[in-house]
Amino acid sequence: MIAIVDYRAGNLRSVQKALVFLKADCRIIARPEELAGCDKILLPGVGNFGAAMNYLNQSGLTAVIRDWLNADKPFLGICLGMQMLFDASEEDRGMNGLGFFPGQCREFKSGKVPQIGWNDIRSIKKSGLLTGLGKKPYFYFLHGFYAIPDGRSIVSGVTDYGLEYPSIVERGNISGVQFHPEKSGAAGLRLLRNWIGGFPLSIRRISQ
Amino acid sequence: MITVRIIPCLDVDEGRVVKGVKFKNFQTAGDPCELAKGYNDQGADELVFLDIGASPKSRKTMLDVVEKVSRQVFIPFTVGGGIRTVDDMRSALNAGADKVAVCTAALQNPDLLVQGSRVFGRQCIVLSIDAKKDGNRWFAYSHGGRRQTGQDAVAWAKKGAALGAGEILLNSIDQDGTRQGYDLELTCRVAETVAVPVIASGGAGTLNQIRDAVVLGKADAVLLASLLHFNSHTIAKIKEYLEKKGVRVRW
Repeated sequence: MIAIVDYRAGNLRSVQKALVFLKADCRIIARPEELAGCDKILLPGVGNFGAAMNYLNQSGLTAVIRDWLNADKPFLGICLGMQMLFDASEEDRGMNGLGFFPGQCREFKSGKVPQIGWNDIRSIKKSGLLTGLGKKPYFYFLHGFYAIPDGRSIVSGVTDYGLEYPSIVERGNISGVQFHPEKSGAAGLRLLRNWIGGFPLSIRRISQ
Repeated sequence: MITVRIIPCLDVDEGRVVKGVKFKNFQTAGDPCELAKGYNDQGADELVFLDIGASPKSRKTMLDVVEKVSRQVFIPFTVGGGIRTVDDMRSALNAGADKVAVCTAALQNPDLLVQGSRVFGRQCIVLSIDAKKDGNRWFAYSHGGRRQTGQDAVAWAKKGAALGAGEILLNSIDQDGTRQGYDLELTCRVAETVAVPVIASGGAGTLNQIRDAVVLGKADAVLLASLLHFNSHTIAKIKEYLEKKGVRVRW
């Protein structure tokens, strides 16, 4: 059972619909006790860093999620959900993130902000998330901030938007992606399928 | 590197896709769910649904369409037409839209852009501008192109982005449905004025005009309707052409 964390900041339905389409068991949770029986957490990415962390703090989810991350249980953060894995963000100075990955999130200073559109991933380390997706898969991005990890060791994939920044970060079973797999067509569904586990489907079959 | 987005636009009236010329003389172009699925299979980068039927019934039908499409098609959707309040935005987002487009309501109440971006984030808020040239300026029109507001379109784009719009959907009323090419001067002026992405709309008739909108008009994305609905071009053909001309596209 996959827990989709609702931090009352935006629309979670897209992620849920994609998981349902892939026939994965999932439910939306907003309180720590609702995690019972779940073996994976998906932290989706819509909204604002401070508001989202504030909700997690007030609901008691921050502590529970930190324990989950430290226990290396399967976790996927999408967009803002990836940024929340870091210590802090320029979006809301003074608000702590989950702090699992050392580093900060900063705002793009050049080009059109937010970045809206399809961009590619350059794989710099083998990642199970990209199984079957070729050398430079395209995904849909929608964000104004990007993560700067303290070291390169957690970076599996990078993307170029005026500057090169990490678009996939991973350590053990904890992963974060800056793009929206639930809105990235066949490639995104394949990535989610890779994360969920289970038998590999060809991209062609998923897109039909 | 970021790619140029090819975005089919479905103008929906009472659950059917229609397409007009210069915002008039609408012809039926098909079932929105079937068209949406077809364009997704062809490689569309996003979809825009505009409810052009003004009735509450048409709005409800539109949300049903979005709800149905979003269970089967996993690319971004923008929904526009008749969105007047933050609650209207929420209904569209809950139905499966990723972004909402506002036009008339934002002209009448610019604070809607502030409110919407505060609640849902600016990446959700698309400011749709229907612009028509008069002399050497363009003016923003409301009510589906029927009322001139006296607002300079370029200045309005700049103001809208400052208030909270994360993207500008720029429609040329003069070029709409004519297949005579985008209004390149208008597109370029707006694209150079605002710091958010600009979607060029209105007038695409040939592949070269699409390239011009990107290269000369500096658009980040192009909206297409007539060119696709009446089967004269496929998205794959358009992308092949653009790539050959040095424009980056997504495959």
